Amino acid sequence: MDKTRENRFMKYLRKDRLPNIFCAGCGNGIIMNTFFNGMEMAEIDFENIVLVSGIGCSSRIPGYVKCDSLHTTHGRPISFATGIKLANPELDVVVFTGDGDAAAIGGNHLIHGARRNIDLTVICINNSIYGMTGGQISPTSPKGSYGSTAPYGALENPFNLSELVKAAGATYVARWTTAHPVQLSNTIKKALLNKGFSFVEAVSQCPTYFGRKNRMKSPIEMMHRMKEESVLKRKADQLTESELEGKLVVGEFQNKTAPEFSDKICRLLEDKCVTGKPSSLKSAYQED
Amino acid sequence: MKAEKYFIQGNEACARGALKAGCRFFAGYPITPSTEIAEDMAVFLPREGGSFIQMEDEISALGAVIGAVWTGLKAMTATSGPGFSLMQEHIGYAAMTETPLVIVNMQRGSPSTGQPTMASQSDMMQSRWGSHGDYEIIALSPSSVQECFDFTAEAFNLAEKYRVPVMVMGDEIVGHMREKIIIPDKVEILPRQMPKEGPETFLPYQAPPEGTSAMPAFGDGYKMHITGLTHDERGYPDASNPQTHSELVNRLCDKILKKTAEIARIQEESTADADVIALSYGAPSRSALKAVRNARNQDIKAGFIKLDTVWPFPEELVRETTKNAGKVVVVEMNLGQIFYEVQRVLPEVKVELLPKIGGEMQSPQEILEKIKSI
Repeated sequence: MDKTRENRFMKYLRKDRLPNIFCAGCGNGIIMNTFFNGMEMAEIDFENIVLVSGIGCSSRIPGYVKCDSLHTTHGRPISFATGIKLANPELDVVVFTGDGDAAAIGGNHLIHGARRNIDLTVICINNSIYGMTGGQISPTSPKGSYGSTAPYGALENPFNLSELVKAAGATYVARWTTAHPVQLSNTIKKALLNKGFSFVEAVSQCPTYFGRKNRMKSPIEMMHRMKEESVLKRKADQLTESELEGKLVVGEFQNKTAPEFSDKICRLLEDKCVTGKPSSLKSAYQED
Repeated sequence: MKAEKYFIQGNEACARGALKAGCRFFAGYPITPSTEIAEDMAVFLPREGGSFIQMEDEISALGAVIGAVWTGLKAMTATSGPGFSLMQEHIGYAAMTETPLVIVNMQRGSPSTGQPTMASQSDMMQSRWGSHGDYEIIALSPSSVQECFDFTAEAFNLAEKYRVPVMVMGDEIVGHMREKIIIPDKVEILPRQMPKEGPETFLPYQAPPEGTSAMPAFGDGYKMHITGLTHDERGYPDASNPQTHSELVNRLCDKILKKTAEIARIQEESTADADVIALSYGAPSRSALKAVRNARNQDIKAGFIKLDTVWPFPEELVRETTKNAGKVVVVEMNLGQIFYEVQRVLPEVKVELLPKIGGEMQSPQEILEKIKSI
């Protein structure tokens, strides 16, 4: 291989774990690229990052990144990340999750993380399907879309995840797609820099299951469609519900400042501490 | 500073034992009859520079605890039956990832919502294998407020030494009862071990077949990958490899089971010449001891065994202390859980169960009658 053409983000990967398990055409690679790009633009120290994930295709990403990474249980990475952040508020804690992980089994942890406004960056890769288990519908599958557990089309209403997390109290919320890598990189940069709960909904393609079951022949076709269906949030706010039928609203849903949870705890410790050490940082290694 | 006397609840004693042992993180969810532990930790942890958080459920409570442990703290949670059921998912995760942590379960009448304000010992089997898969944990059973303090403090050291979840399996009686206890100025603390190797050569899951490894924290530069998937010495998933799985899971079990002699502990009285032995643990062991002493006053050769450690089951100690006895009565507040374990290890002995459910423990009279009738 021509070393000079190696992806510039390869230095962040565990090369001894490659190749990865992702299918050809999966959006995870684009999102990893945009993550590293956003991280560099935000000038976040890679050495200070901890990645946390749940279960599913998107949650496999941290296992390929050469940093501290905790691959947890299905739907619960935000709870583990909460413990990490409180134990060492200096760390930059990023959660990779998917629509099944964050919106179905982990929905409660998602809204409570947002409610606390704890300083986590949650990147939710929303491909509208359960890929790892073979193409079952998820809480974000569009009504009428097909999956192996919706052979006659999905009957349920999908979640609007970005609106949900915004309503729950997150201070930065944005949605872009894998067809918008520049915007996605910029959004990840902003999310990493936001001191508070940041939610990036990265709408992605699963050609293997969603595409195949919903008659979209190739990942390219899926990405074209995402781009065509996209409406900027600013513009969407002027449109009626019927005009937005079949559209994908992209852009920032929330960008505000509010007191952050780990900060509040640190201030409480400074206020109440009687030992003169208002931090327990790495105390497990101390003799007394 | 000298030791101080207190008149407090078992739940409060658990909280104080944890703080003395170096616990600096608590995540929990309110549940009767263990809530006072969370309430005390909410008061005291910030004063020690530690964090308390009330989570949205018991699943996330244990998740947050695991996150805090991997970031360099000693951490715990406390709950009762329904919450303990919810925690099983992360108990398995902690066992698989070898995360040292402490869970206090103040058992109540069950199944389901059961009897929130009444005692039981009906989660004893669940404490061993409530999560899916083959794994082993350590469980201690306090019978007094002093033991709530002592055992909780000890639980933190056991958790660190064996890198395993340690459960303090109390019940509503010991949790809510008030007694005089002595809190020492200092308790023995076993610090977590940093690896001797640097990040270039350290393998987070390289361990002897019956042991465990040193454990750096996130942020230390070791760049660990920790997963609940079957993993190799590097911590990397290797889930389709039968040999990797077999070696890992055998080690997770052997590091506890093969160390039973150094982990497990019992208390005994008058067993040497006893014909019949009352074996119990937790709150009803107090009735059992009283019954045995009453029996001795009536010239009945009775003996008493109390399991301080329930898991790993103190097989050798139970065999040794019952070797001259022909009969054993197992006294527990359930319909028979540890009873079957005693039967298994004493195939030559007549082992009978004195069960009791409903929320109250066996009285000394009930136990004495059983001692006489067996």
